[in-house]
Amino acid sequence: MATGLTLKELSKKEDRFTHGHRMCSGCGAPTVVKMVLLATDYPVIASNATGCLEVSSCISEYTAWKIPWIHTAFENAAATISGVETMYRSLKKQGKIDKDIKFIAFGGDGGTYDIGFQSLSGAMERGHDMLYVCYDNGAYMNTGIQRSSATPLGADTTTCPAGDVIPGKLRSRKNLTKIMGAHNIPYAAQASPSHWMDLMKKVKKAHEFIGPKFMNILAPCNRGWRSQTNDSITLSKLAVNSCYWPLYEIEDGVTKITYTPKDKVPVADFMKPQGRFKHLFAPANEWLLKKVQEEVDKEWEKLKKQAECGC
Amino acid sequence: MAKIVAVTGNEAVANALRQASPDVCAIYPITPQTDMMQKYASFIANGKVSTEPILVESEHSSMSACIGASAAGGRVITATSSQGLALMWEMLHIASGDRLPIIMPVVNRALSAPLNIHGDHSDAMGARDTGWIQIWSENAQDAYDNTIQAFRIGEHMDIRLPVMVCLDGFIISHSIERMEYLEDAEVKNFVGEFKNFLPLLDLDKPKSYGPLILTDYYHEYKRAQHEVMTKVKNVVLDVAKDFEKMSGRKYGLFESYRLDDADIALVILNSAAGTSKDVIDSFRNKGIKAGLLKPRLFRPFPYEEVAEALKNTKAVCVMDRADSFGGYGPMFMEISSALYQLKEKPALINKIYGLGGRDYMPSHAELVLNELNEIASSGKIRIVKEYIGVRE
Ligand SMILES: Cc1ncc(C[n+]2csc(CCOP(=O)(O)OP(=O)(O)O)c2C)c(N)n1
Ligand code: SF4
Ligand SMILES: [Mg+2]
Repeated sequence: MATGLTLKELSKKEDRFTHGHRMCSGCGAPTVVKMVLLATDYPVIASNATGCLEVSSCISEYTAWKIPWIHTAFENAAATISGVETMYRSLKKQGKIDKDIKFIAFGGDGGTYDIGFQSLSGAMERGHDMLYVCYDNGAYMNTGIQRSSATPLGADTTTCPAGDVIPGKLRSRKNLTKIMGAHNIPYAAQASPSHWMDLMKKVKKAHEFIGPKFMNILAPCNRGWRSQTNDSITLSKLAVNSCYWPLYEIEDGVTKITYTPKDKVPVADFMKPQGRFKHLFAPANEWLLKKVQEEVDKEWEKLKKQAECGC
Repeated sequence: MAKIVAVTGNEAVANALRQASPDVCAIYPITPQTDMMQKYASFIANGKVSTEPILVESEHSSMSACIGASAAGGRVITATSSQGLALMWEMLHIASGDRLPIIMPVVNRALSAPLNIHGDHSDAMGARDTGWIQIWSENAQDAYDNTIQAFRIGEHMDIRLPVMVCLDGFIISHSIERMEYLEDAEVKNFVGEFKNFLPLLDLDKPKSYGPLILTDYYHEYKRAQHEVMTKVKNVVLDVAKDFEKMSGRKYGLFESYRLDDADIALVILNSAAGTSKDVIDSFRNKGIKAGLLKPRLFRPFPYEEVAEALKNTKAVCVMDRADSFGGYGPMFMEISSALYQLKEKPALINKIYGLGGRDYMPSHAELVLNELNEIASSGKIRIVKEYIGVRE
């Protein structure tokens, strides 16, 4: 029953995250969820942290989820699914259930990098057989674009607004994918909906490992990024091609870059169409734009070295 | 056949949990609960129970994992105290709102600051409004018996609510008492197989747990929670009847001790009720009609029954081992609400005792009973709320 990753085959598959959800048009998150579920050739149960995806996908008495789904709170999608998975293991051991089921937790960057960090780390360390998917839109979008530790350097958010004195966020992003790799889990990866084949391959691969897996997937938010509703995929592509959001995986501790842009574009190309970076193009903030580029370059070089040495 | 043992409260409750053979348990250490779940972990390690443990990284995750496991479909337990219960607070509401019959012993302990590991009731009283059923226990036997009954109450198909079984930290959790264990088979039969209700693991009928419900139906949802709570009393009494048949031990919504003809009475929870009963006896020997009411079911609170039990008294003191700073003690508020409905009400006072494990001595009960005696004859209340057993 495993499907190949051709558009023809995928188009015949039933969507398990359906239309009717109330996310903004052009939002990247539902695209990410659809791709993840399309690439999952198993019965699957999902948990979901509070956030845009959750509040817009299950408003009583409607649900966009055709799979068993549970939302409990904001900081605990990993702990919640670890409970579901443990009950499954218990009942399987007792011979009360026989199906093979996969478990996925979906959380936004706020629910994953910040408030849900401990719960995620705990679940990964305990070794539950689960895949955690962070859809990273770089801020607390549901509450109105507040800064998270995934918010990029220089971005204008409602809690680190670009003002006359402070030009937006002055700290760099937390590198969560690497932190998850450092948990010595079988598989951690970074993906982008622009590179759908790469994303879906990674999901398929993740499901074949027994134990905890983590995927960090870029999910453009036109409301928070102050971009056009039809730009999600274009922006994801620019994020990858500028190496702001490199595509790679860490398999059993070994880093592999899964896509190297032929022509690495300046990170400004990714930033320019986004209102959240508008102030960085003013002459006074040139230094910050430069710093963003330097950081992207530095991180990309580090990643390449890691991939070269197979560590 | 019952087996007579000498065990700590924690060990007794761990055994009650084992006998109910839960499918999943979450474990996280906190004094004075720690050795209850340590004992449980040893049952698992020695193959005495088929429970799958989750060794969580915090109590917030403990309750989150319990919620996930319970929604998945199966019997779920955990246990905690104090800061652990406080950290769970957000999730407690979600467990009850999702109508998940998780069973959780709470070994009562004071809350920080200042840091204190000893017994008082601030933790569970702080969880009063979380939608959980709360059953309180005087001693190890009570705690063991209540834990067994909790499964039947919470999992009842008309109820489906989480249950806290409260017992006093150290005083009960760590002291060794003589008590009776029931046979494993008896308990298994009494508790019965876990009955599923809307399990997440049912792939054929996918369910969405935890939706967003705003102004349109949230109010109705909460009223449904209120309504189910009104059914709990009868289930508690039915389960107690069955339990009595099996064990010979009688339980009700509360215990009335020499209350029928009492002029003065104490209302007091848990272990301190035991100490107080001896003092009640000595007052009776002096010819003073003293009695005691020990609440058992605290949520839902049996207001009418409590009012009926206290209606002929002249003066009552509600003893609280927790405080609502700037208000009265939490038990006092319940008892005064219960008594308000009566035409003729006893005089009512409130003493705060034993915070952070401060010893509650027979002399404290004597002082209070003497004061009640004076109030009963003079009709005059010196002060409504007061701390006792404090260094000045
Ligand atoms: C304990 C707690 N704190 C705060 C909130 C408020 N809150 C709900 S969703 C949200 C933002 C979610 O951000 P993120 O996880 O990045 O997801 P997004 O909305 O961006 O998709 C916040 C702050 C909450 N629900 N619970
Ligand atoms: S605010 Fe952003 S993340 Fe939220 S639904 Fe709209 S586009 Fe998506
Ligand atoms: Mg976000």
